[in-house]
Amino acid sequence: MRTRGLASWTVLVLFFLYAPLAVLVAFSFNTSRFTVWEGFSFAWYRAALSDPALAEGLWNSLIIALAASAIATIIGTLAAYGIWRRPAPWLAGTIYLSLLTPEIVTGVSLLALFQWSFRFLHLHLGLFTVVAAHVAFSIAYVMIVVSARLREYDRSQEEAAMDLGATEWSAFRRVTLPYLAPAIGAAALLALVVSFDDYVITSLVAGVDSETLPMVVYAMARRGVSPVLNAVSAFIVVVFGALIVVSQRLQER
Amino acid sequence: MKLRFWSLLPARLTGALLLGIPLAVIIAYSLLTRGDYGGVEQPWTLDNWARLADPLYLAIVWRSVWIAGVATLLCAAAGFPVALFIVRSGRWRNVWLQLVLLPFWTSFLIRTYAWIFILRDTGLVNTALTSLGLIHKPLPLLYNDGAVLAGLVYNYLPFFVLPLYATLEKLDTALPEAAADLGATPWRTLRRVTIPLSLPGIIAGSVLVFVPCLGAYLTPDLLGGGKTVMIGNLVQNQFTSARDWPFGSAVSMAVLMLSALSLAAFLRHRTARELL
Repeated sequence: MRTRGLASWTVLVLFFLYAPLAVLVAFSFNTSRFTVWEGFSFAWYRAALSDPALAEGLWNSLIIALAASAIATIIGTLAAYGIWRRPAPWLAGTIYLSLLTPEIVTGVSLLALFQWSFRFLHLHLGLFTVVAAHVAFSIAYVMIVVSARLREYDRSQEEAAMDLGATEWSAFRRVTLPYLAPAIGAAALLALVVSFDDYVITSLVAGVDSETLPMVVYAMARRGVSPVLNAVSAFIVVVFGALIVVSQRLQER
Repeated sequence: MKLRFWSLLPARLTGALLLGIPLAVIIAYSLLTRGDYGGVEQPWTLDNWARLADPLYLAIVWRSVWIAGVATLLCAAAGFPVALFIVRSGRWRNVWLQLVLLPFWTSFLIRTYAWIFILRDTGLVNTALTSLGLIHKPLPLLYNDGAVLAGLVYNYLPFFVLPLYATLEKLDTALPEAAADLGATPWRTLRRVTIPLSLPGIIAGSVLVFVPCLGAYLTPDLLGGGKTVMIGNLVQNQFTSARDWPFGSAVSMAVLMLSALSLAAFLRHRTARELL
C-alpha cells in the first residue's frame, strides 16, 4: 500500500468527519431559513439568545454539569489513587464496565431505582436525580485520565515524604495531589463535557422542572431542521472543542 | 493503608448505589407483573422473558445485530487505512490522531442532528442535486437503514481507529520490511503480515464499535424515523409510551447480556489467536 493512497484516504475520512459539522456551523450564519446560501447574518444567534426554553435548558445543564463533574472528579481521583496503591479488581471492573453498558440500559435502570426508592422517600425526579446519574457515568472517565498519570508516578516520592515525617494523608495532599493536578484538571473538563452532552440517560431521569439543553435541542431536532438549532449547535461544537483541546493539553503536561 | 480504604469508599458506595443496585432492581422488575397504572406488581413470573421469543421481538434483536455488524465492518474498512497512515506519518502522528479523535468529543446529539440537516428532503444533498438539475424530486435519504448506518459509522469510527493505532504503533516495522525485501508485494505484505499482526487491535476496535452500536438508541431514533427500530428503541418505548416496565426490564437485560456475550466472544477470539 502506497503512502500516497493512504494519505488521500485519510483526508477523505477526515472530510467525512468534519464536513457535517462545518456545514452546520456555516449555515448558522445564513440569512435564509432554507438550505440555500443567501447572505451572512447573526439573526439566528439573536433568536437563540432570546429563546426562554433554550436559556432555561442552558442554565439547568450548567448547574448539573458543574455539580456532577465536581463530585465525579473527587470520587474518581480518590478511587484512581486507591487502586494505584493496590488493585481493586471488583471496583475497577464495575466502573469500567459501566462505559460499555448501553446508555439506554443505564438510564432505565437508574429510573427504576429512583422510582422504587420514591416509594419510601417523599421525593420526585428533578435536578438531583440527573446529577446523581451523571456522577455515576462520569467517574469512569475521571479514573481513566487520572490513572494514566499515576502510572508514571514514582511511589518513592510519597515514601520519601513519609520518611521525612509526613503522615500518609499529608504526603498525599502535599506531594501526590500537586503532581496529579494537571490530570485532575483535564479529567474535570472531560467530565464536564460528558455530563453537559448527555441526552439519553438525562431524558429518562429528568423531572418536569429539569429540562437540560440537550433535551431542548432534541425536541427541536424532532420538530425538524431550524436555523436556530444550527446556531445552538455551532455554539456547542465550538465550546466543546475548546474545552477538549484544553483538556488534552493538560494531559500532555 | 488507612488512606487507601477511605479513598476507595466513595467510589465503592457510588458504584453499589448507582450501578449495582439499579441492575438488581431491573432484574427484579423483569420478573414481576405489569401494574394497572404502569407500575409493577406481584406475582413473580417468567412471562416477560418468554415474550422475548415472540418473532416480532426476535426480528428487532436480529435487526440490531445486523446493523451493528455492518457498521463495524464499515468502520473497519474506513478506519484501517487511516490508522496505518497515522502510524507511518512520523512526527505528525499526534496531530493526525487528535484530528481523528476531536469530533468524537463534540456533542453526540449535535453530530447526529448534522445528518438530519444533510440528508432530509430539503437538506444539503437534495438541495444541491436539485439545483444542479440532476434530480427533480428529492431522494429519500433520511429515515432508513442507510441513514442510521451513516450516523453510527460517523459517531463510532474513532473507537475503531484508536486501539488499532495503538497496536500498529507497537508493531515491529522490521517484519513488514522483511516481507517486502523477500519479494512480497505491498498488498501481500499487508494481507499476510500487517493485518495478522494487528489482529488484537482490529478485534478491540470491533468490540468498541459493535457493542455501543448494538445498544444504540439515539441514532436510530433520530435518523431511522419510525421504521428502523433497534433494540434500544424497544427498551425506551416500553419504559415511556408503552409503560410496560417489566417487559422493558427484560429487554434491557437481554441487551446487556448480548453486549456481554459479544464482549466475551471477541475477547476469547483474541486470546485464541495470540496463543496460536
